[in-house]
Amino acid sequence: MTTAPPAPAAGGGAVLRAVARAVPMPAGAGMARMLVERNARVYRRGWLLLVSGFVEPVFYLFSLGVGLGALVGDVDAGGVLVSYAMFVAPAMLASSAMNGAVYDSTFNVFFKLKYARLYDSVLATPLGPRDVAVGEIAWAQLRGGLYAVMFMVVMAASGLLRSWWALLALPAATLVGLAFAAVGMAATTWMRSWQDFDLLNLVVLPMFLFSATFFPLSTYPEGLQPVVRVLPLYHAVELVRGLCLGLPDVSMLGHVAYLLVLGTGGVVVAARRLDRLLLS
Amino acid sequence: MDADDREVLISARGLTKRFDDFTAVDGIDVEVRRGEAFGFLGPNGAGKSSTMRMVGCVSPPSGGELRILGHDPRTSGPQIRARLGVVPQRDTLDEELTVAENLVVYARYFGISRKAAHAKAAELLEFAQLAERAGSRVEPLSGGMKRRLTIARSLVNDPEILLLDEPTTGLDPQARHVLWDRLFRLKRQGVTLVLTTHYMDEAEQLCDRLVVMDAGRIVAEGSPRSLIEEHSSREVLELRFPDDDNAPWAGPVTAGAGALAERVEVLPDRLLVYTPDGDAAVQAVHAAGLRPSSVLVRRSTLEDVFLHLTGRLLVD
Repeated sequence: MTTAPPAPAAGGGAVLRAVARAVPMPAGAGMARMLVERNARVYRRGWLLLVSGFVEPVFYLFSLGVGLGALVGDVDAGGVLVSYAMFVAPAMLASSAMNGAVYDSTFNVFFKLKYARLYDSVLATPLGPRDVAVGEIAWAQLRGGLYAVMFMVVMAASGLLRSWWALLALPAATLVGLAFAAVGMAATTWMRSWQDFDLLNLVVLPMFLFSATFFPLSTYPEGLQPVVRVLPLYHAVELVRGLCLGLPDVSMLGHVAYLLVLGTGGVVVAARRLDRLLLS
Repeated sequence: MDADDREVLISARGLTKRFDDFTAVDGIDVEVRRGEAFGFLGPNGAGKSSTMRMVGCVSPPSGGELRILGHDPRTSGPQIRARLGVVPQRDTLDEELTVAENLVVYARYFGISRKAAHAKAAELLEFAQLAERAGSRVEPLSGGMKRRLTIARSLVNDPEILLLDEPTTGLDPQARHVLWDRLFRLKRQGVTLVLTTHYMDEAEQLCDRLVVMDAGRIVAEGSPRSLIEEHSSREVLELRFPDDDNAPWAGPVTAGAGALAERVEVLPDRLLVYTPDGDAAVQAVHAAGLRPSSVLVRRSTLEDVFLHLTGRLLVD
């Protein structure tokens, strides 16, 4: 039945079920995909808008990675010397996934929540707050994933891929999309007006610049390195870079775990906030 | 017609809704049976919309008991909502979609297959007289058209109960009558209608039975006819005097109409004389030497019932 308790992904063990019980998750009808379908329909007419956010990291790649890279020379990436463009490109791939996810889960969700009042009419159907949160986050994640795919095509065409491990960077980028979409949507439920989005830029831009995106972590001052290690984009960049350069290692599991926790936590918080905001 | 034979679809006992220290709905008892057109009549802020949101399973009750279609909304929200149609007070159409897409996408929220959703949308566009606007965007539609589209949208799942919150507020008289006509058709098809309104003519037109709400409570219940018979006189004589304040005339009018005046209400701009025979009361008032500037005899309405029960007008 549709009111079954929010079951964790199929195959989840007793531990996951216990966690699911301990963290109250608002009701849903398991129909989040209908909201994804709705969003896809809207963008059928405006696909140019959909892909527009993808160009920014491409500009960074060519201006800094290729242009500035000619002056910088090779960079030490975990014991291997690679060209600067090759070092920067994976970070831009991770940033593409982040951008796509953040655009949709913040601006678009805020508009639907406060102005279009889309969720008011959606919640009058069998869909519940859980479906709305899962559907919107999945859609934003898809958008992030789409940016990542497009960016990888650019990388391949520019000869910046050097290992088959790079194929795994796509699922990794999708995970990055999930993490940022979930946190973005959760944060958006606290936004009061468009002015509050200045705060978002205040967080996203410095994170974009200082997550070991443009220079290796070892070049940061000792005191700053722990701060960088906390940033979600740092984990995204390290994971994607390791895969793109074909340098897999165990620390990647840590990055994956970090992003997974962020993603699932964000979904739960977003659903509970919607429940409080819309079902009073 | 014996209403008691019909299945109870909505039943509320002591239903209460509190927001912090404000009580919007204060322990109401309601029963709605299959096929009925049931109304909540009352002024703005009477608790009608809060009640509708609880029935629509988008607002948990703070107290009391509520069962809809045999289920508890606290635990079976999705199952209940699957069988409800909801027309909210404010149109919440999806402005990023076309008119037809609004229906198709909404049908998909109910898990209806794409093919069935398109067929349903075509049928409902006819019903809502919007077929020629199918591909149009929503934003340029007139208020009446948007309202009809909202009603069409609420029907995508063939609901057993249709909840309408102030369905014609803000519409011009022409658009209201078109809408009422559509609602009559639904009623004839056996759809149970539950609506809120602060228009007494709407309540009289559409409702088989209604409750009058004021300040979160139910103050009267019955058919429009029986409520009028029980709480008002057969006719009403409206008198206006050429003064800024009509109140001082209440005494002379009461004395002049004598036994013909069951009751006299003073409004800022006129006096209402409740009487079994309006024409006779006019003659009595004139015979007493009173010269009102305007005289109107009419039948009692639900507005008079509300005035009598609460001392206030429905629309102010």
